[in-house]
Amino acid sequence: MSRDSTAKVLTVAFLLCLICSILVSAAAVGLSSRQEQNKIQEKRKNILQAAGLYEEGRPIEAQFEKIQPRLVDLQQVEFSREFDPTTFDSRSAARDPEIRYRIPPERDLANIKFRSRYKVVYLMMDNDGNLQQLILPVHGKGLWSTMYGFIALADDLSTINGFAFYEHGETPGLGGEIDNPSWKKQWPGKKVYGPSGETRIDVLKGTVDEDSANAVYQVDGLAGATLTARGVGNLLRYWMGEDAYKPFLEKLKEEGVKP
Amino acid sequence: MSKAKDVFLDPLFNKNPIGLQILGICSALAVTSKLETVVAMCLAVIFVITGSNVSISLIRRQIPSNIRIIVEITIIATLVIIVDEFLQAYAFGISKQLSIFVGLIITNCIVLGRAEGFAMKSPPGLSFLDGVGNGLGYSLVLLLVAFFRELLGAGKLLGMTILSTTSEGGWYLPNGLMLLPPSAFFIIGLLIWVLRTWKTDQIEEEN
Amino acid sequence: MLEHYLSLLIRSIFIENIALAFFLGMCTFLAVSKKVDTAIGLGIAVIVVQTITVPANNLIYQYLLKEGALSWLGLSETDLTFIGLICYIGVIAAMVQILEMVLDRYVPALYNALGVFLPLITVNCAILGGSLFMVERDYNFTESIVFGFGSGAGWALALVALAGIREKMKYADVPPGLRGLGITFMIAGLMAMAFMAFSGIQL
Repeated sequence: MSRDSTAKVLTVAFLLCLICSILVSAAAVGLSSRQEQNKIQEKRKNILQAAGLYEEGRPIEAQFEKIQPRLVDLQQVEFSREFDPTTFDSRSAARDPEIRYRIPPERDLANIKFRSRYKVVYLMMDNDGNLQQLILPVHGKGLWSTMYGFIALADDLSTINGFAFYEHGETPGLGGEIDNPSWKKQWPGKKVYGPSGETRIDVLKGTVDEDSANAVYQVDGLAGATLTARGVGNLLRYWMGEDAYKPFLEKLKEEGVKP
Repeated sequence: MSKAKDVFLDPLFNKNPIGLQILGICSALAVTSKLETVVAMCLAVIFVITGSNVSISLIRRQIPSNIRIIVEITIIATLVIIVDEFLQAYAFGISKQLSIFVGLIITNCIVLGRAEGFAMKSPPGLSFLDGVGNGLGYSLVLLLVAFFRELLGAGKLLGMTILSTTSEGGWYLPNGLMLLPPSAFFIIGLLIWVLRTWKTDQIEEEN
Repeated sequence: MLEHYLSLLIRSIFIENIALAFFLGMCTFLAVSKKVDTAIGLGIAVIVVQTITVPANNLIYQYLLKEGALSWLGLSETDLTFIGLICYIGVIAAMVQILEMVLDRYVPALYNALGVFLPLITVNCAILGGSLFMVERDYNFTESIVFGFGSGAGWALALVALAGIREKMKYADVPPGLRGLGITFMIAGLMAMAFMAFSGIQL
């Protein structure tokens, strides 16, 4: 067969496609369960880290045992069984015209335009079956990227136990300092809601005056990262506000956790 | 044997893919903010260049010339996908940092350039060495850039603190520019200057 | 609605310029930017290829590769994203080949001016990168068209600007070791920093 004959071209092309597809598919299929595991582990680790519970070295399944994922319907303000909380993906839900909620522009503090009607929240119960911690997913626009994180609330559903971002593309060294442990350790102990239930949590431009009565609702800003810090404050005020989790949290406080 | 030695050593300084051949630059700039990410990237690139050079060299007499380029690209793409799948399975954190740049190894001009320019005309043994040599030449530049960017930008190397930064209570005020992508341009420019002052035959003539 | 697309367009041309913010398409960027005329020609070719391939790849991703995409065939569990890379590069190679044939037939002047750079568009990382970003950000079809055009235009803009500056550099006294490639890197770095100034724009 001459090198350039049509038959040769077709044979080479066919064989090449066959061999390459076998190799690629083998790799993809063979490794897919491991990859899925990685993604799940990553997500669990993020939740544990936000709650301040993560212990290096211990297997993640063991640490995650006490945490229950539950699906919440933000529209009906109740727990829902519509989807399986362990597999529900709220990012694609936010794009699905059937189940997304279009945030009215004047309420869209986090600049995300759409959000999913359903969110998966994580409950940590103590041995008596009472709610010990509630971990909520939040996200919103920073300067360069959408920042995704978890906020962990104590049993009074207002005091923050921990707050951390697991995904963002902010400027390293500036907005990226939201990952800096010394900034993150300001959050535990701060309160989201004031005495009359209004959302008061805020990120200041500058440092918090520790003596002021408002200090418990405030966190220091980030030098040189005004827009990122503003984004953090905005997304918190959105998610902890009337348009998102607040009605659900109020109901939860009144009625307790129903199975 | 000396031909083999030349094939292997040339791409390190005399014909460095980034410094002289102007190949493979895109990824050099974007992923070099941390040494750890770069090490993963370099290993991936060396694997792909070597694998593609050897595979193409093995079947070089069988490839019809009118589908040559697409055959080369298909082989390279297959290798890259395999590397990507392995990274996602065994080094998840790093694969997230590298994000699209692993896929972009397909268009990394070094890989296609060596496949077309060397592997199509040379036996597998020499092609293997050429692949490793060019991979190493590329890695050399990337590692140097990442070394400076991570050290001067964050005071760390491979995540370990070398210069304790002020935000950690130390003395070193990190150079913020180093954490931003444009710094990679400047560092490579300076590296080329150093390289060409040492190897004056690489200086471009004024025209 | 229109505002969303306009904001996407402005973002992909200036704020997230695919050459100066993400450093894609650098090899051709540095090699071709010696003269403004060639740069303009190549820039236009890139815009055309990008505007066609990103939406085309979007269709392939949405209807063939994505998880659940094959449900119209009854295979809703299949996730073929892993062969995405080969598909996208295949589409790009095909588009470039077609563009080459079209130009050769209808605009031979441009075809000759571009010469070898036309096939090199296939391996321009900016083109593949554009498609990969589209997948990562899960754009819909219209967004893909806007993003394809915008990212191509942004790359072309950066290329022509760099060519313009390099033409002026001929009158400068550049140290021998920096001549050519070295000084180009420095210029590109400064341009990248300049483009970062766009980042404060809230759209």
